[in-house]
Amino acid sequence: MIPNFRFMANSEKHSITLQVNGHPYQLELLPWVSLLDALRENISLTGTKKGCDHGQCGACTVLIDGKRKLSCLTLAVMQEDVAITTIEGIAAEGNLHPLQQAFIDKDAFQCGYCTPGQICSAIGLLNENKANTREEVQDLMSGNLCRCGANKGIINAVMAVKQSISHE
Amino acid sequence: MNNFSFTKALDMDTAISLTSGNDHNKLIAGGTNIIDLLKYFITEADTLVDINSIPGISKIAENETGGIRIGALVTNADTAYHAIIEEKYPLLSKAILAGASAQIRNMATNGGNLLQRTRCYYFYDIHTPCNKREPGSGCSAIQGYNRIHAILGHSESCIAVFPSDMCVALSVLDAVVHISGPEEERNVAFSDFHRLPGDTPESDNNLKRGELITAIDLPEKGFSKYYSYLKLRDRASYSFALVSVATGLDLENGLIKEARIALGGVSPKPWRVKEAEDFLKGKEPKIANFEATAQMILKGAKGFEHNRFKIELAKKAIVRNCMMALDPTSQRAGAKPSL
Repeated sequence: MIPNFRFMANSEKHSITLQVNGHPYQLELLPWVSLLDALRENISLTGTKKGCDHGQCGACTVLIDGKRKLSCLTLAVMQEDVAITTIEGIAAEGNLHPLQQAFIDKDAFQCGYCTPGQICSAIGLLNENKANTREEVQDLMSGNLCRCGANKGIINAVMAVKQSISHE
Repeated sequence: MNNFSFTKALDMDTAISLTSGNDHNKLIAGGTNIIDLLKYFITEADTLVDINSIPGISKIAENETGGIRIGALVTNADTAYHAIIEEKYPLLSKAILAGASAQIRNMATNGGNLLQRTRCYYFYDIHTPCNKREPGSGCSAIQGYNRIHAILGHSESCIAVFPSDMCVALSVLDAVVHISGPEEERNVAFSDFHRLPGDTPESDNNLKRGELITAIDLPEKGFSKYYSYLKLRDRASYSFALVSVATGLDLENGLIKEARIALGGVSPKPWRVKEAEDFLKGKEPKIANFEATAQMILKGAKGFEHNRFKIELAKKAIVRNCMMALDPTSQRAGAKPSL
């Protein structure tokens, strides 16, 4: 049921530029378009997934100025002048990002739907550098749900990359 | 979401004039709650006013009374991981990190944390009556599935709880909320900021139309030596509290000089009982004394069909958390029980 709105503003489209994976995208968007919908529907970057669309599952996680955030809980018109990185933008040309390789090596997915969000979240986690133990990694990855139950492999993958960084 | 227009307020006066003139012009900062409320048609907006560009309210710095002022626009994550907060107010840091997820903490602001709405399932379900969402329509939770609901401070019109973890710590710390608005600026003691539902549960707090939070002051006393935050919930992480407890203790010669205890997840606002805290003054920090305090804090508690377990759970959580406060190094990720 959609209620009778008191407000149906004749909203005008906003001309904005989003910086996604190093490329500027000029868009004409209505104000209520989420960053997630703008990425998927207007820029055709469908790697970022829509799971719950309510901030409960983490499938839509992207990096904004290096910090992991939920693209479903922010509006595209609020994200000008920031650097947005999606799963499509994490790897250098022709190579996998170390976390992508670790997810393959550690069997960290089954259906794969949560995987882009998991990997972007894990990159954010490593940038933050606040998790020292496996328990802390689990706690700080808890915003990304995996309905297949690949969580053990996911944490194994994050721990493997984390340890490889600390040994460099 | 309904069709709204969008504008950026570049200064405080613009934001205040836009919201004081129209009750349906809504402020947005982190957006983690209001976007969700808009998507569920619980909130409608005429104009959404982005306040992220307002200068001067996005920093953490010492204030003029020896404490710390945390700006309304600082994110929850930047607050929890700030060097001064970690050192002088670790209870606040732990409580923030027990709430939401890393992604949400990276977006959500401190001002917004105070203003988040309840997660009562009936408030979120627009097909059911709810006095908080639609005054006068009735409360579905009182006779409904009320596992997550209040045991203290509720009324015949609403038994929803306030969901914040951060605010449970701010309550213990005797924080002060700085408010700007169409009239003069004012400061409100944390205990006076949120309100009990009574017969007007639609108002969660005492902000007036057009007012906005600019900062939160923390007094000098941070209880950085003996503190603990304990959060009990249905999952190990990323879930709202069934019961949470923040404790700050000040010890002198092995006896309690001052004790502060606040409960979360059990009431429409963080719950403190002064007499129960005063009772501990001069006493030994041991289980029997904390049990007596817990009885006093839960005095008058009334449960419903599915949440009566919270009364005993809260008492045990208080005792456990006060003992944990004696050894804060034992704190675990996610504010899980550590002893």
